[in-house]
Amino acid sequence: MIGLLRRDLALAIRAGGGFGLSLAFFLIFTTLVPFGIGPDTTVLSDIAPGILWLGALLACLLSLDRIFQLDWEDGTLDLIATSPVPLEGLASMKALAHWITTGLPLVAAAPALGLLLNLPGPAYPWLIASLALGTPALSAIGTFGAALTVGIKRGGLLLSLLVLPLYIPTLLFGALCVSRAATGQDATTPLVMLAGITAGVLAGLPFAAAAALRVNLR
Amino acid sequence: MTAMSTRAILLVRMPDAGRFPCPRGSDTAKVMMIRVKDLACARGPAQILAGVTFEVASGAALILRGPNGAGKTTLLRTLAGLTPPLAGQIECAEDAIAYAGHADGLKAQLSVAENLGFWAGVFGTRDIAAAVDAFDLTPLLDRRAGEMSAGQKRRLSLARLLVTQRPIWCLDEPTVSLDTQNVARFAAAVTAHLAGGGAAIIATHIDLGLPEAVTFDVTPFVAKGIRADDPFGDGFDEALT
Repeated sequence: MIGLLRRDLALAIRAGGGFGLSLAFFLIFTTLVPFGIGPDTTVLSDIAPGILWLGALLACLLSLDRIFQLDWEDGTLDLIATSPVPLEGLASMKALAHWITTGLPLVAAAPALGLLLNLPGPAYPWLIASLALGTPALSAIGTFGAALTVGIKRGGLLLSLLVLPLYIPTLLFGALCVSRAATGQDATTPLVMLAGITAGVLAGLPFAAAAALRVNLR
Repeated sequence: MTAMSTRAILLVRMPDAGRFPCPRGSDTAKVMMIRVKDLACARGPAQILAGVTFEVASGAALILRGPNGAGKTTLLRTLAGLTPPLAGQIECAEDAIAYAGHADGLKAQLSVAENLGFWAGVFGTRDIAAAVDAFDLTPLLDRRAGEMSAGQKRRLSLARLLVTQRPIWCLDEPTVSLDTQNVARFAAAVTAHLAGGGAAIIATHIDLGLPEAVTFDVTPFVAKGIRADDPFGDGFDEALT
């Protein structure tokens, strides 16, 4: 299974792998916000937590349809399904690879973009913590969505429609955590809720993704 | 819940039969590798085959024949475990089947060595040297799969079978895009696999000249009411070859 992860990371870094696309999207999206809203620093710092979380969520969404689609198109998915690797393991490794190539760079870039949006100082540790705890859930939910839509030509839009409603709890508690910290309130409760959602999603969704793959491979 | 529940589905796993590698030599008794009884297969919503019964012993090859769309691909996918059978029994050892379909299953950005190394990791084997030698891939080891010809990709895809070290090969049109010389190379690889106690089930239209090959025509087992040119059959891919 480690071989699967290593291969996915190698493919992401090689030409055409799409590594960094999500990060670039996140950068551009967040940079565009001051142009749309105006340079009023109080307004920007008010909306910064929501914008940063929304940007991270949309950037995650961008690369979801690649998770299983490429392997399905070239026949690799059939071959992995007949190998000793369980599909649950495949789904977990795919989610992990997606998080390493998408979620982790977002966590690293978010503080710099927070500066751009005039995010208040005390909120930075909470921004990093909430993204670090929340983005794995985005990858795991996205992997489940990708497993549901594998085999559908241009299923990216359908995938977004399926996945976005499932992202609401993570977005809600993630953004709430950062905005409470920004206004000097206690942000522990939303962070704990966020971690709870991630733990539940990580425990359950690889099995759901594997079941969806089995149906789609028939 | 539906009509599905009335159909008997029984998959028997024999833990000891067909363990690999089997002892070499002609004096060893033939071990039954896979036994299929009254198998009914479906592709998507359509039932394609019914009542398929055969058995393959170690050292033997079963050559599947039948017109386009008869259900050869469906049968192989069912045997490989990709599609659950509608009814009937498949008796074979667990994790014994190596499947190779129409698609090569290669990553264009990875080199030949990396592609084979990946499959070696997935199947828990180490050695890719034998597979490289069997299909003469040594000069291509550092070439990316995306920069190879269709025939070269096919050779790499077939080399994967040796890497899996599994006893039963289920191959769907394995000689597509291979030239005469490489068809001979492939036939030699299958012969060596059979001599080592393995078995093979191959859907192909050409004569590979394998010893102990039994031809199995799937036409009599085509489920009634299903057209031979059914779009869910394997006619489309074969038409391209």
